[in-house]
Amino acid sequence: MSVDTATVKRIASLARIAITDEDAARMAPELGNILGWIEMLGEVDTTGVEPMTAVIPNTLRLRDDVVNADPLTGGGIREQVLANAPAAEHGFFAVPKVIE
Amino acid sequence: MTELTDLGIAGIRDGVRDGSFTAREVADAFIVKVSQAKALNAFLVETPEHAIAAATAADTARGAGETLKPLAGVPIGMKDLFCTKGVTTTAASHILEGFTPTYESTVSQNLWDAGAGMLGKLNMDQFAMGSSNETSAFGNVISPWKRNDGGNASLAPGGSSGGSSSAVAARLCPGATGTDTGGSIRQPAAFTGISGIKPTYGRCSRWGTIAFASSLDQAGPMARDVKDCAILLEAMAGFDAKDGTSLQLDVPKWEAGLSANLNGLRVGIPKEYRVDGMPEEIEALWQQGIDWLKDAGATIVEVSLPHTKYALPAYYIIAPAEASSNLARYDGVRYGIRDLPTGAGLQDMYAATRADGFGPEVKRRIMIGTYVLSAGFYDAYYTQAQKVRTLIARDFERAWETCDVLLTPTAPSAAFALGEKSADPIAMYLNDVFTVPSSLAGLPAMSVPGGLDKQGLPLGLQIIGKPLDEQGVLNAGLAIEQRAGFTARPEAWW
Repeated sequence: MSVDTATVKRIASLARIAITDEDAARMAPELGNILGWIEMLGEVDTTGVEPMTAVIPNTLRLRDDVVNADPLTGGGIREQVLANAPAAEHGFFAVPKVIE
Repeated sequence: MTELTDLGIAGIRDGVRDGSFTAREVADAFIVKVSQAKALNAFLVETPEHAIAAATAADTARGAGETLKPLAGVPIGMKDLFCTKGVTTTAASHILEGFTPTYESTVSQNLWDAGAGMLGKLNMDQFAMGSSNETSAFGNVISPWKRNDGGNASLAPGGSSGGSSSAVAARLCPGATGTDTGGSIRQPAAFTGISGIKPTYGRCSRWGTIAFASSLDQAGPMARDVKDCAILLEAMAGFDAKDGTSLQLDVPKWEAGLSANLNGLRVGIPKEYRVDGMPEEIEALWQQGIDWLKDAGATIVEVSLPHTKYALPAYYIIAPAEASSNLARYDGVRYGIRDLPTGAGLQDMYAATRADGFGPEVKRRIMIGTYVLSAGFYDAYYTQAQKVRTLIARDFERAWETCDVLLTPTAPSAAFALGEKSADPIAMYLNDVFTVPSSLAGLPAMSVPGGLDKQGLPLGLQIIGKPLDEQGVLNAGLAIEQRAGFTARPEAWW
């Protein structure tokens, strides 16, 4: 499997990782090797096999439909939510301007 | 008397209970060891105040005649993948530098509720992606072990829980938490001559544990022996409504259930695990393990897990795919670092932050994951891998028709030197060849030390069990432990 530099740059863009031409050129054969190796899965006959969705049988639960059913994952903790933000203003996450 | 830091979890717990020593004496002894072991780079953050507070609480409770908590007086190390309230948590990545959680992970909270104290946060492979602890943004962890060839090569402690394995093997803490996605508890345990168990998927809550590959991630204990693993796992496990995949089951009394009498147990030996190029010593240790289990009363049966060779490639589709999705959250907006080039817009900020914050292996896996999930490739890679995963799980189900546990080597080699495999990602990935299949099937599995190789380095044996049968795994581990009589320990050079 060969991966070209343009493909690496496209994947990096999809993954929102800035990449230089130099790094893209270095990564191309590396990703090619890994993808070439995992392609051996193609030889497995999976006709009629369902893809795995859960390794251990489990039931899906719904939490109680009330505010703050669990205080750790409930609301009313704005300061805590913002505590680690690189930029927070007026009780919100701050980001560069997106609308001119 | 024995040095306090030579005691394991059970020894410390029992000694504090019967008043042989105080919890504070224990905490102080380990705090000194941790502070003197910087050369191992096992700890990212030291938290002596946390360990001392827990010790003081234990001593006060004992003084007041109260019943002591299960882990009262026991100080442990916490892998840096677990969020700890008020204590910096980075998953050993630059992108989370400075992140101080405002909440506590369920697993760590369970341990504190049981009376344990924290000596510090343990170094690891960045976002748990690695098998040698060379992907940490804060430097390699060094194994306390050295080859006996007179050379002074620094060896890998295994990964991703390399800080945990190094710290426990060097007696910096009597036990530590680890997490295992494809072998990250078992392989480092094997490399450093300690024990570690990954329980059944869903036993330990994932809430508050930084996510790598959510369908595989499981927390588990790493300690010096099987009994200590049982004690720690009892405290870590349990139902948690905050994790959608948490199993709503009572936690068994694993410690009380320990028994090395294996009469009637059927041990399967999977023939596909005899891989080409496996060192003779590992082959010999495997045979030795078979003999030990026979001696404990077990019968041996050969079994076949025909899809074994597809487990690693399936894993290297599924885990990166989940990682690419899970790690999308590191965007420079909510936590961690932000890289905002002059005049950059939002998209540029995301890309610059992630380019700066993630290490090379993390980027590699995010990009593989992004590729296999991208339009036109999803079915060929991701869906096919999940189908193969079904077949791998089915292999194990068939094996359980004729056996109760499986015995295999933990890793295809002893610890390698730092730098020896880091140039070739696939060679590094092959380290997990024996641990990944059981991860894909969500099964409980443990590594126990079996002996030393010619270079004086530890080798581990792996026991894989049926879903929810941690007890069977621990018991077979105990039978090996009693017969292996593994007492070797690294000589202190750090």
